[in-house]
Amino acid sequence: MLTVRDITCVRGHRPLFAPASFELAPGQALHLQGDNGVGKTSLLRVICGLSPAHSGEVLWQGRPVREVASSFRQSLFYLGHALSLKEELSALENLLLDAAMAGRSLEAPQALQALRELGLQGREHLPVRVMSQGQKRRVALARLSVSPARLWVLDEPLVALDVRALAQLRQRLARHVLGGGLLLLTSHQALSLDLPDQPVPLRSLRLEVAR
Amino acid sequence: MMTAFWAVVRRDLLLALRRKTEVLTAVFFFVVVAALFPLGIGPEPHTLRQIAPGVLWVGAMLSSMLALQRLFEADYHDGTLEQMVLSPTPLPLLMAAKLLAHWLLSGVPLVLLAPALGLQFDLAAESLWTLSLTLLLGTPVLSLVGGIGAALTLGVRGGGVLLSLLVLPLFVPVLVFGAGAVEAQVSGLGAQAHVSILMAMLLPAAFFSPWACAAAVRIAVE
Repeated sequence: MLTVRDITCVRGHRPLFAPASFELAPGQALHLQGDNGVGKTSLLRVICGLSPAHSGEVLWQGRPVREVASSFRQSLFYLGHALSLKEELSALENLLLDAAMAGRSLEAPQALQALRELGLQGREHLPVRVMSQGQKRRVALARLSVSPARLWVLDEPLVALDVRALAQLRQRLARHVLGGGLLLLTSHQALSLDLPDQPVPLRSLRLEVAR
Repeated sequence: MMTAFWAVVRRDLLLALRRKTEVLTAVFFFVVVAALFPLGIGPEPHTLRQIAPGVLWVGAMLSSMLALQRLFEADYHDGTLEQMVLSPTPLPLLMAAKLLAHWLLSGVPLVLLAPALGLQFDLAAESLWTLSLTLLLGTPVLSLVGGIGAALTLGVRGGGVLLSLLVLPLFVPVLVFGAGAVEAQVSGLGAQAHVSILMAMLLPAAFFSPWACAAAVRIAVE
């Protein structure tokens, strides 16, 4: 359970958005919306613990994130604007080293499977440098399939994806939510996670400019 | 926890292998500086023996400063540092891994090359040993202390110049005692005192630097 209470961010003496509050329980998804520059990314970074909030607090399982930092980070998957991919390494190496750096074990077959799920078969051993923007994002998103994290915080995950990759990603997100995961994402596109045979609840929250 | 440590070391070494030029530039710089001095000064063995410790140590110091700038730069720009901050593994441990990988790539080649370059200066065998030993103790200090500077100047425009200004005064004691040890050996006094002082610099640097780097990186990704 993630609880966000009256978070505000200040940039250069100016508050970004009106205090934001919401709760996210297991099996719930929240779509964060708002105009450009209203502070969606800033809010996500505050929730993850990358930047400090000006005021308000973030609770994980009912306790301030600061106190339970280790267990919070174990349950967190964050994808920001920077994809943290190494251009010189292949897609597969990126995935494997990424898992190892997070202290998880990941076998090559699993990683290959995750890359294929996102339509990257035949490109597993290509250096990321030669990939297109969309393919790079797919490699970054392939981490979702091998991540044991329960809370997914995704900043604009739909950018640069083609129709098929979009469908695959939506399905992956829907399965995560149905499996009891928590999902928090921002996107400017209208988004529905419904599977053909099952509706998946997706709330949306609009960040308003602070007055 | 140690898997993450070794994963970072492995990853940085692998990356260096894929973009060799960056590593080779700094090492090549050291070789060129040390090789040109005897040519420029002339073949008078006594003069060469006298300037050898200083030239080799200044070369090593400048070479490791050249390598410093890329310590965190790439990871900062592609978002890897953010992921490290959010990793369940303690950040100082990951920083220690990065510093170790950096030293393996920028310090160890200098330690290995120095005796060969020292021959050009007509240094005796014991002096060559002392040179390698002081570099073995001194270059990690340069990596560790310089790493703090590199982390502090992340994302700053013109960070390269600032970094040099920031770390140079901190490098001077290492230079003084590193070159001093070789000089003492050459003049027959024995290098033990200098080596002990280098050791005394290395231990606290190794202990505190990962923490300082972690704090600086947290500020940089904020």
